[in-house]
Amino acid sequence: MSKEPEHVVIIGNGVAGITAARHIRKISDKRITVISAESDYFFSRTALMYVYMGHMKWKNIEPYEEWFWKENRIELKRARVEKLNTAAKILIFESGEQMDYDKLILATGSLPRKIGWEGENLKGVQGLVTKQDLELLEENSQGCKKAVIVGGGLIGVELAEMLHTRNIEVTMLIREQSFWRNVLPEKDAAFISEHIESHGVELEFGTQLDKIIGDETGRVRAILTSTGEEIFCDLVGLSIGVVPNISFLKDSEIETNVGILVDPYLQTSVEDVFAVGDCVQQREQIDDRSPVEAVWYTARMMGETVAQTVCGNLFRYNPGKWFNSAKFFDIEYQTYGRVWPDPKEDEQHLHWEHKNREKAITIAFNTKSGKFLGINTFGIRMKHEVFDEWLREEKGLEFVLTNLRNANFDPEFYSRHEKEIFSSFKEDFVRS
Amino acid sequence: MSNTKHNMSLAGEPPNRLNTTQKIATGIGWTGVFILTLSLFNVSFPDWGLWLSLGLIALGVIIFANDQYLGKPTAVKNNGIWFKSMTSRGVLAWGTGILLTLFYIVLYWHPQYLGYNPDGANSGIIALFDPLSRMISGLPASQWFVYGTLYTLAILAFGYKFLLKYRHNRYEVIRTFSVMFFQLGFAFLLPEILMRLNQPYYNPVNIWPLNYDLFADYKLQEFFSAGNVGVLMILFGIASIFIITPILTYFYGKRWYCSWVCGCGGLAETAGDPYRHLSDKSRSAWKFERWIIHSVLVFVVVMTIGVIYSFLNDNPADFWLTKDVFLWSSAGFLVLFFALIMIFKKDQLAADAKKAATIFLVVILAIISVNYFSGNGNIFFFHGSQLRTWYGFFIGAAFSGVIGVGFYPIFGNRVWCRFGCPMAAILGMQQRLFSRFRITTNGGQCISCGNCSTYCEMGIDVRAYAQKGENIVRSSCVGCGICADVCPRGVLKLENGPREKRINGDGVLLGNDVDLLDLIREQKQSNKETESSRL
Repeated sequence: MSKEPEHVVIIGNGVAGITAARHIRKISDKRITVISAESDYFFSRTALMYVYMGHMKWKNIEPYEEWFWKENRIELKRARVEKLNTAAKILIFESGEQMDYDKLILATGSLPRKIGWEGENLKGVQGLVTKQDLELLEENSQGCKKAVIVGGGLIGVELAEMLHTRNIEVTMLIREQSFWRNVLPEKDAAFISEHIESHGVELEFGTQLDKIIGDETGRVRAILTSTGEEIFCDLVGLSIGVVPNISFLKDSEIETNVGILVDPYLQTSVEDVFAVGDCVQQREQIDDRSPVEAVWYTARMMGETVAQTVCGNLFRYNPGKWFNSAKFFDIEYQTYGRVWPDPKEDEQHLHWEHKNREKAITIAFNTKSGKFLGINTFGIRMKHEVFDEWLREEKGLEFVLTNLRNANFDPEFYSRHEKEIFSSFKEDFVRS
Repeated sequence: MSNTKHNMSLAGEPPNRLNTTQKIATGIGWTGVFILTLSLFNVSFPDWGLWLSLGLIALGVIIFANDQYLGKPTAVKNNGIWFKSMTSRGVLAWGTGILLTLFYIVLYWHPQYLGYNPDGANSGIIALFDPLSRMISGLPASQWFVYGTLYTLAILAFGYKFLLKYRHNRYEVIRTFSVMFFQLGFAFLLPEILMRLNQPYYNPVNIWPLNYDLFADYKLQEFFSAGNVGVLMILFGIASIFIITPILTYFYGKRWYCSWVCGCGGLAETAGDPYRHLSDKSRSAWKFERWIIHSVLVFVVVMTIGVIYSFLNDNPADFWLTKDVFLWSSAGFLVLFFALIMIFKKDQLAADAKKAATIFLVVILAIISVNYFSGNGNIFFFHGSQLRTWYGFFIGAAFSGVIGVGFYPIFGNRVWCRFGCPMAAILGMQQRLFSRFRITTNGGQCISCGNCSTYCEMGIDVRAYAQKGENIVRSSCVGCGICADVCPRGVLKLENGPREKRINGDGVLLGNDVDLLDLIREQKQSNKETESSRL
């Protein structure tokens, strides 16, 4: 008689949880169960918008067919976990049902951030994170003529693009003086702001939400801004960020703060309980990263890492050079390394924009050492592999500029701008 | 219409309505079609009736496309595709599919209903096309001339629409000019002009086995009676198969043909573009595809061997290439081809591919031997011309025409190219095993959104590779480039490059700890033997 395999239970079927499950299956025969209250199957959260816009059907945003789960012996369970008993290693579901585990991975993701605005629970007020949010948005856009989106950021601009395809007029309230200015340098933020506005979305800068006003049926009727302006609207999209989804842990032994606190091995304060993805808060600083990172790629990397640890290859979570990507309406954005919104000490930015206003690049470098620090690229695709290598090898600005063409990843026959970029930077450089 | 059934849209205004300009454009286009329909009932039109009709159709498409794309941001926009009846298998799609199918049935098997009369004056719609046909080739129109004209019109008009839709992407623009050029110049005008010059009807870019009639006896006689020009045509046809095609595919992948030159591909890429997302991406469809397309390839090889065999003489004094020499050199070629692939490309073939190739080869050789040694004169139980008739009926007409195009709005625009085309099968083998072409993925940037897979007309699950950091090297990829265009994160790129590491089954997604990535790569490598479930 062979011993029963260890039972790994993963709560959450987003990219963090599913990546963990896949990698555990690759290297072990453990029994794997993935629990989700949200959906039957894993779907790409970043693709929710495309379902709403009619680019894809729900099935299209599910990366794996049903046979995948059966053949790889990954058991899926649709249920909501209400409580954990970590002493007895038992999960208790909303239905009262229970499940034993040997190792537990928490991958519960995040929820839209709310800050206690008056009227934030009215009908027609919502964020966009879950499948249920998407269904709610379909409902809320019925007969909707005007929407206000609170906060810039990635979810905000996605919401704007989505609603725009349904001929809903959109106003965005943005705290800073330009879009996503808390992440992008001034010129990049201005460049993207202009692009968003060119699609007919109204951006109100330096403006925040004061309160939301409802009608007699309990539905949103208007909002009041911090500048005292009243804007009539049928829909309010909340996108001032997300917070870890951890409320079900409040009576458990697991230590939390903003998120679930983990050590460098993604281990929580309780033995055999790990956490990955958006719901995590790192106890120790990892280079220049924020302790809570709600990003697809970091969730995936935590999933890859925890799988090794759970299977006995103890691995520190040690993500490589920072990278990220997004798309603002028609303009793709990629970033490699760090380009801080406001240059840090000895950091300088070089910015180039194409005359058609659809392409731009900002490069950050260290004025003392001449070291290349990072790049923001808009409308020009760049190779991750190349920049990863340059960053790890600490290449200098000059090297990066002279070799920029080797990093280009645009489709064949696209116009190339390296020369123009080079001479524009040179001018900037001489001037500064 | 039926949009609410297919998606979660309950909203008031999904973008599925036509505006006034688009309605007028639709009206203009359909008026052109209506004139064609009227001519079926022998309503007589003056000579300019045809121009009016074709002009209105083109004008309708152009006005519609201008309104839809000009003055709008230049970027790919697939808004509402799954909400529109026409592009989400709604009533309009089924209606269009059925009409097209009926048209093909009449065209192939009952051209007399269109007014075709080989023994006298044409009537109906064929007669409407007589003046144009006389102008180009000096001959009255046939049903094929009518079809060819409408086909070319569709590629040009919808090609214009495609050019506007993808005008931000120079690869798409250049490629589309190419298919429009080859359709108009090579597929439509050149053969007609050759007829006018009393030369054989010949389109040099319609290559065997897509052009399964190239070696039919009537065609061979036509070539031989045309003297040097005819012999040149045959030689070019043979060189295309054995020399030109492999070289171009080596450098550029099969896209040089399938999405730059071929007329079937040309129609699929232009008129068929709005249906590309309807292709079936399931693993079971992929399995089915591999069996059926290679079966068609075997069928066409067998048929062609049979046809040429019956065309040839027994007497070496007449011509050095006798029945026997041809037969055994064909068998020898197939065995050699099979052996070389099995020896040099063993590791790149899946187990079922090896099994299928062996079965196919054994069956062909067994049939040849049985027939040859029993001396019944036919080489595959039936006379070559009989095989050709069947091939023409089942594959040439029913598969490539009726199912291939008639069902665009239901199964997507590349059904024929994916499941049936034997040319695509040959080029696919070359692409998979002997080419520099691949689709490269960009580090760790994939977000598994699924746009690439959804808009792959060949039903390739592009995402399955991209989200593992692996290049896409698939036989069926026609290199249309749309996956790279719809990717919102700049992850995919069509490239020709060194063959080394082209297929990277041990690819990983960048971004994580480099030591961990090395370990994952190792684990992937050691799992490779047992891993069949695409972890």
